[in-house]
Amino acid sequence: MITVIFYILSAITLGAALLTVLSRNPIHSAIYMIVCFFSIAGHYMLLNAQFLAVVHVIVYTGSVMILLLFTLMLLNLKEKHEPHKAIISKITAVLASCLMAFVLFAAFMKAHPVIEQYKETGVDFQSVKVLGNVLFTDYLVPFEFASVLLLLAMIGVVMISKKDLKQDVD
Amino acid sequence: MDIYFILEKLLLIVVAFAVTMFFALYETLAERKVAGFMQDRYGPNRAGIFGLLQPICDGAKLFAKEEFIPDTPNKALFIIGPAVSMIVSLLGTSVIPWAKEFHFGDHVFIPQVADVNIAVLVIVAILSMGVYGIVIGGWASNNKYSLLGGIRAGAQMISYEIAMGLSIISLVMMTGTMSLAQISEQQAGINWNVFYQPLTFLIFLVCAFAECNRTPFDLAECESELVNGHHTEFSSMKMGFYMFSEYVAMFFSSLFMSVLFFGGYNYPGMEWLSEHVGVNIANTLGVLALLGKAICFIFFFMWIRWTIPRFRYDQLMNLGWKILFPLAIFNILLNAILILVFKW
Repeated sequence: MITVIFYILSAITLGAALLTVLSRNPIHSAIYMIVCFFSIAGHYMLLNAQFLAVVHVIVYTGSVMILLLFTLMLLNLKEKHEPHKAIISKITAVLASCLMAFVLFAAFMKAHPVIEQYKETGVDFQSVKVLGNVLFTDYLVPFEFASVLLLLAMIGVVMISKKDLKQDVD
Repeated sequence: MDIYFILEKLLLIVVAFAVTMFFALYETLAERKVAGFMQDRYGPNRAGIFGLLQPICDGAKLFAKEEFIPDTPNKALFIIGPAVSMIVSLLGTSVIPWAKEFHFGDHVFIPQVADVNIAVLVIVAILSMGVYGIVIGGWASNNKYSLLGGIRAGAQMISYEIAMGLSIISLVMMTGTMSLAQISEQQAGINWNVFYQPLTFLIFLVCAFAECNRTPFDLAECESELVNGHHTEFSSMKMGFYMFSEYVAMFFSSLFMSVLFFGGYNYPGMEWLSEHVGVNIANTLGVLALLGKAICFIFFFMWIRWTIPRFRYDQLMNLGWKILFPLAIFNILLNAILILVFKW
């Protein structure tokens, strides 16, 4: 039963991801991306990680996708424009995603024994309580660094928009 | 056992769906009746006694209208828009606890479709998805007014979601759980959260109005400037879906507010009743209490709509970002200090 659901979900994920890249209309690709994110949340559900699934839906489909739809709508309302990219940027994009996949693969391989350990002991490792506990004890420093990074990004956005405003006034 | 469990949940889903649709149907009538009452006139009173058959006539009319699809390159998205809107607003009732456990002999029946321990987050996710139907439909209509309505709806949803999420955080800090069943249990009798967190409730209430796209926050629809906003081009039941999803969202928001702040199914004397009269009777009254609280909120929604004039768009954004957002952060800080001092 679960295997069948997994295959269906995987087909949806891969199909939607491919359509995101291949469709010519930017809004259509944004909508396929929403579908893709939803099916990934479904995968999390299959792994019994409810918290992760719901947070994934909130963060990605909720906020990022709305912002993406916004930019797409405000930038090009009618024409299907697809700027022809130089071959060098295509190659760099492929290289960058391969490196990303490599890093992710390494992380998963490293995480595997830990997950097996959890599975054997049968300890609850997905609830909010456990996650919060781990985040604020074992991973406190990376967690704080991530929050500082987010704050910096926010301030950076404000600074960039302020600079533009000043130039307009001048 | 397994098949029995699935059947029980399916039955519960069907019942919750039927109750939601029934409420949405009669909210349309109640809205016009309340409007009539506010403006000192009768409201619809021709179809059936007190106009009780009016919603059925309206539904039949919507089905019988001509199905019109404008000349748009995105016909599929044009049809998906209202469907998404409706589906998302119907999802919410799946995590509402309707009452405590019913006991039939040995069998225990839990009147909640899914008792997940992150129910509050599930609802936040559902509320944040609600805007997709409006944005997709507005864009696919290939009409400038619809597009403006859709974009306004999106901007409004983003702005008010932040304050809403922050206000829920301060509530979760106090309750210490994200499960709606446990939050309901904690508020036994008249020990309701609203007495401890009035400011949180106020912020949440304003945000709930904005999330439902109700007047005074109906900037997406606004008949006066954008013709009808995102559903200008929609006809027959597609337009009906948009209208209905608004009423369903209103019912669901009322339920959610009753559960979070007004004790859910609890009412004073519930424990006494379940000890002396019977558990099932006390629980049935609990369901009625929850629905009664929801009806009070629905009336409040309509009351506001017919008394308070609308916001201008910049006022709406100012309220969201410059008043509610700092207030919600201050509220979290205040709650943190209070929890530290009194060790809740």
